[in-house]
Amino acid sequence: MAKTKTAAVKKQPIAVHDMTKAQYTWNEMKKNKVAYALVAPFYIIFLLFTIVPVLLSVIISLTNFNMLEWPDFVFMDNYVRLFLDDDIFITAIKNTLIFAAITGPVSYLMSLLLAWFINELSPKMRALVTLIFYAPSISGNVYLIWTTMFSGDQYGIVNAFLIETGLISSPIQFFSDTDYIMPLVIVVALWTSLGTSFLSFIAGFQVVDRTLYEAGAMDGIKNRWQELWSITLPSMKPQMMFGAVMAITSSFGFGAVITNLVGFPSPDYCAHTIMHHLDDYGGARFEMGYASAIATILFFMMIGSNMLIKKLLSKVGK
Amino acid sequence: MSKLRIKKHNHALNRSFAGDLSINGVLLLFGVFMFFPMYYTLVQALKPLNELWMFPPRLYVVNPTLKNFGDLFELMSTSWVPFSRYIFNTVFISTVGTFGNVMLSSFAAYALAKIKFPGRKFLFSTIVYSLMFNTTVAGITNFITMSALGMIDTYLAVIVPAWGSTLGLYLMKQFMQTSVPNAVLESARLDGASEWKILWTLVMPMVKPAWLTLIIFSFQNLWNAGTSVYIFSEELKTFSYAISQIVSGGIARAGASAASTVVMMIVPITVFVVTQSNVIQTMSTSGMKD
Repeated sequence: MAKTKTAAVKKQPIAVHDMTKAQYTWNEMKKNKVAYALVAPFYIIFLLFTIVPVLLSVIISLTNFNMLEWPDFVFMDNYVRLFLDDDIFITAIKNTLIFAAITGPVSYLMSLLLAWFINELSPKMRALVTLIFYAPSISGNVYLIWTTMFSGDQYGIVNAFLIETGLISSPIQFFSDTDYIMPLVIVVALWTSLGTSFLSFIAGFQVVDRTLYEAGAMDGIKNRWQELWSITLPSMKPQMMFGAVMAITSSFGFGAVITNLVGFPSPDYCAHTIMHHLDDYGGARFEMGYASAIATILFFMMIGSNMLIKKLLSKVGK
Repeated sequence: MSKLRIKKHNHALNRSFAGDLSINGVLLLFGVFMFFPMYYTLVQALKPLNELWMFPPRLYVVNPTLKNFGDLFELMSTSWVPFSRYIFNTVFISTVGTFGNVMLSSFAAYALAKIKFPGRKFLFSTIVYSLMFNTTVAGITNFITMSALGMIDTYLAVIVPAWGSTLGLYLMKQFMQTSVPNAVLESARLDGASEWKILWTLVMPMVKPAWLTLIIFSFQNLWNAGTSVYIFSEELKTFSYAISQIVSGGIARAGASAASTVVMMIVPITVFVVTQSNVIQTMSTSGMKD
């Protein structure tokens, strides 16, 4: 920022002296009218469909809005009800945190590790392996094949294998048994999770300055782990930051995948997440005030965990 | 030939044989985990009925058949709304949504990356923050906004929010910042070219990988988008929704179901294969500073 200011000052050395900061800003704004015209179309839509809704839901969460009557202001009632009177919401928070705490970091490390390994392949192999790993994340509802593979009858390959080998005598109801649902859903989520952050890491490894490796070798770096830790990762920090944001955000967004796998509501609410609770109250019961409170809590959970991880990552290589 | 290439690419420093072996082992393991379900979907789609319901189930197909695909198209022709209508809806929504997103993102990205105007840092930081939460938290209030604007149950309910997708703007801005040299822009400005003209004739051709990437990301999202909560009319629903309705019809349709998945996944995968190098190039500038 400081750099750009001095550059601007140099351009017009006389005028700047007698202007206040506000005047200077106003002048810069007038001079760059075209910039505002260029950003306006995008930002109007962004404002209308992202920023305003988020702010509005914080306000609505303090009312008992039902879409029909004018909302009453009820202050913190919705939040009190959520935390004190709604056992299913507490289950949802617990499930969401377990789910996100596993899929987020595991998907992140998986993306990073695999991208690093893929980078060691020849360009043609690299393109092929990247495609194989990335394909599940872009192939729509292909993850439903997992319900066929883990089908509750003997035609599911997993049950068939277990029966054939004599480990079990009757098929396990994988997608309706509360003991299996959560782990299975996590595995399927991980399977679809090599997405944007994975591609970003693949690209990141490719653009690391090659001369750094040669210099590192001369400085006594002995193996690829040392090379990764002291050369590659520090120079990939921006990619790692972006990848973390993508991984965290998507770890909170698997609601639809879970519903498609185990149905809604899940048996005993064992895979019920905040996203499901939100859909239930906002989409089915039209308790908009209550649903907005849920959305607001989810919003702050996502932003909060992103901020936390950003802080942690800024320590890498320091 | 291939050996030569490997050597050329791999900075062959610090590479042990044991390390190479374990890397390939891990890749193979994950490769099987990632690829097997995709492969099995294809196998299921090609199995005739008697092989689908065989115990123990086979991991391969003995008499491959396209009958499941035939069944799928037959089922399509029985739908209440002509199937061509669903296909039109998906194509229309994907095209208009993607086009608008690429255009609006490019305009905004150019201003944010290459014009120094007060407020640009703030504007860009709102984009970065928006990447930190899933837009479903805005779903409820969006319903209210859209009702007020009369967009409920129209194509616009899906198209317009797609125009404001922030990942596209973020990637485009980062790419322009690094890959468009300022000197070129400065000299064009000195020659009296308008910002608009610079954007179209100089910048856009230079950032081809970025807009190809935006097209793919936006297209993938819209192509896979099932039913939107903002659309009720059957004749406005998408191909992906219709196909999922058809195949949810129980065990008799297990084969057709797998066939439909194959039909749905072929398009985005093909698009990615064709444009992979552009996408990777764009992602190389995706990093988030500070």
